[in-house]
Amino acid sequence: MIVLTPLRKFQFPVHAECINPDVFQGKSAKEIASLPVWEGNKKKKLADLFKIEETPAETPDITINGDATEVRRVGQGMKQGEIVINGNAGMHLGEKMAGGKITVNGNANGWTGSSMKNGLIEIHGDASDYLASPYRGSTAGMRGGKIVVDGNVGSDSGCYLRGGVIMVKGNAGPFLGFHISKGVIYVAQSAGNRLGASMTGGKIVVSGSVDELMPTFTVNAVKKKVKIDDTFKAEGPFYVFLGDLAEHGNGKLFVSQPSNPQLSPIYDKYL
Amino acid sequence: MTELLIKNGFVFDPLNGINGEKMDIAIKDGKIVASVSDQNAKKIDATGLTVMPGAVDVHTHIAGGEVNTGRMIRPEDHVKDVVRKTAITRSGTGYSIPSTFVTGYRYSKMGYTTVMNPSMAPLGAKHTHEELNDIPLLDKATFPLLGDWWFVLENLQKGDLEGCARHVAWIMETTKGYAIKIVNPGGLESWGFGRNVHSIDDVVPNFDITPREIVCGLAKVNKMLNLPHTIHLHTNNLGIPGNYVTTLETMKALESVPNDGKPICHITHVQFSSFAGDNWGNMKSAAEEISRYINNHNHMTFDMGQIIFTDTTTMTADGPFEFTLYQLSGHKWVNSDVETETSGGIIPMHYKRKSAVNATQWSIGLELALLVKDPWKIFMTTDHPNAGPFFAYPKIIAWLTSKKARMATLAKCHKKAQKKSLLPSINRELSLYELAIMTRAGQSKALGLKGKGHLGVGADADVAIYNINPETLDITQKYKTARKAFDSAAYTIKDGKIVVKDGEVVQNVDGRTMWLDVKTREQLKVDEEMKRKFKEYWTVEYENYPVFDHYVKVPEAITVKADV
Repeated sequence: MIVLTPLRKFQFPVHAECINPDVFQGKSAKEIASLPVWEGNKKKKLADLFKIEETPAETPDITINGDATEVRRVGQGMKQGEIVINGNAGMHLGEKMAGGKITVNGNANGWTGSSMKNGLIEIHGDASDYLASPYRGSTAGMRGGKIVVDGNVGSDSGCYLRGGVIMVKGNAGPFLGFHISKGVIYVAQSAGNRLGASMTGGKIVVSGSVDELMPTFTVNAVKKKVKIDDTFKAEGPFYVFLGDLAEHGNGKLFVSQPSNPQLSPIYDKYL
Repeated sequence: MTELLIKNGFVFDPLNGINGEKMDIAIKDGKIVASVSDQNAKKIDATGLTVMPGAVDVHTHIAGGEVNTGRMIRPEDHVKDVVRKTAITRSGTGYSIPSTFVTGYRYSKMGYTTVMNPSMAPLGAKHTHEELNDIPLLDKATFPLLGDWWFVLENLQKGDLEGCARHVAWIMETTKGYAIKIVNPGGLESWGFGRNVHSIDDVVPNFDITPREIVCGLAKVNKMLNLPHTIHLHTNNLGIPGNYVTTLETMKALESVPNDGKPICHITHVQFSSFAGDNWGNMKSAAEEISRYINNHNHMTFDMGQIIFTDTTTMTADGPFEFTLYQLSGHKWVNSDVETETSGGIIPMHYKRKSAVNATQWSIGLELALLVKDPWKIFMTTDHPNAGPFFAYPKIIAWLTSKKARMATLAKCHKKAQKKSLLPSINRELSLYELAIMTRAGQSKALGLKGKGHLGVGADADVAIYNINPETLDITQKYKTARKAFDSAAYTIKDGKIVVKDGEVVQNVDGRTMWLDVKTREQLKVDEEMKRKFKEYWTVEYENYPVFDHYVKVPEAITVKADV
């Protein structure tokens, strides 16, 4: 196992896609120390920015102890192995990852798990905006794997989701699940406005209250339970909405009935 | 006084009938000359290399409102292709819609020296010229969209060809344009009302005129004005299964225009106009029907619009067609320029081998290029970026010159498309001479560019030298080597200056912007009526409409004497 400790507080963004179990594998601590990273517009070596220690423990493969808020692209494209960050993580954590596990014992920054294909990301704090969403303009959303966030997520989370599961135990910001076509998003508490805008497929489940519902969704039924994944079923009852009709969508939006009494006078008459 | 001598290369110069002869090319002050003094001239040893005139692109969207809107809606396109600055070149981005500087560098790297921007809304002319100014290393020109320009429609409706001709002459000067571009004639005006035209005899709303009358009328006007290029036409019903019937009808309609055995119309990206079948499920190639017509008639020229399997961006003034694409793909799209002159649409598109439709389209382009016997009639383009980015040209060269190359790609395509493709039955492999016609000489001839596309005395000293020895390299077998050679030219020479060496830009020079100064006997008077129309219907005042001379960084006015 390699333990990385930031030597100082970084003033500029550090681009460190080399912090990746696939890259570290088979390399000695000395070789790892000379891996290239960018700090702002300066090219540096990993050892210039981090204290690098090797410990005999097998897992996790990489541990970062300390604040890594400015350290971007950790675990980008990783295929296997495990990274633990004891502190806050930077932007693009686990972007396009295809396997393995990342645990953050702190908060994660924007674009965590962006376009990921497989693997598991656990965040024991809050995640910022664009969780699992692709790069601006791109439609290549998350395709598989799982992201679990214990805290809240910001805006535009799970955009263009094409597969996999996102579980949020706190609240979600606006534009959750924009344009999703497949996969599942579960929010244990409230969700912001424009929920599921332009969705064409997939499932969004909100157990808490919703700010508003877009007029392009139509109520279809009430369901008692919804399966999120093999291990977890969300308890309802839920209104089942279909949409987004503006996109001829066939997505399902589950919104808790007891947490949203304001919806009852509008939608109950159509059931 | 700069002198340059390219020694001992295999020269391919079809306009002068030179087919692979070993000879020297002498250059003095940016022009080709008969000889230079041996001591003073800088020498390039081209022994074992292929020397061709600088390549010419007849149709590539590199500047203007649509191109820039395309850049804006596709950040994901740029992030995968970031170009760093060097001591000589500036930074920029690709991929399918490169930034202006990168456009110049990448074209030049492939040996291109002249490109034509084929679609400019007259309203956006100033912007287009500002972008063209920023594209280095290339000579360029731009074609104003006139097929649905109100003054053209009004004059043709009245049957006043001379009036129409005067307006066209005026707009060439006003927008610093080079040729008449027609996109989906009548369809763009209809699109302003949410409609389209579906045959060449549909009537355009509010204008009691048909696409047939627009195309034939403008072809006659083009002739009256003696413009160097023909009309440049994007046909009706483009990109719709079964549209080859419309394409044939358009070509037949143009037979009625007197032609003296010379081309009077250029149909661009003909691949998109050659679909048979009646829906996307049974869509197939109409290359046989179209090429049979082309082989039997001489009044038309064409370019391929070859599909490249990659992620690209489609952009055309054909708004209704882009809307159809949007409905098919559900991708993000933009509609622009829907006022008085044209329309426009932009939508990202990923052409895939495993899509039966895309693979058939890929096959159609190559079938057309190979089935048309005369290379002076059909030219190599991708309609950049609509069917693919221009820097994929070396791939097309490989497919055209090597059956092995195209069969290797076909083998990876959708099974249904493989079964329908005519490519296995076509054995033709283009020679370097024919390739030189399709990539420079033919294009230059069709465009009426006197100093381009050949290496005769007096021509502009635009030369491309490729690392191909026709005596030892069999490009039909070693197509990957040939592809690499055409991808990075050994030398590109622009106006007598070496701008690219071994695929790297070594010098930065500005290219010229060519435009037509058409001298009519009686000049158009911009009267109160015209100004009133600008005030009422256009989004700019008449006073802000013209492109003033100082907008064009390095202008080259070509004076044309008209018959009216």
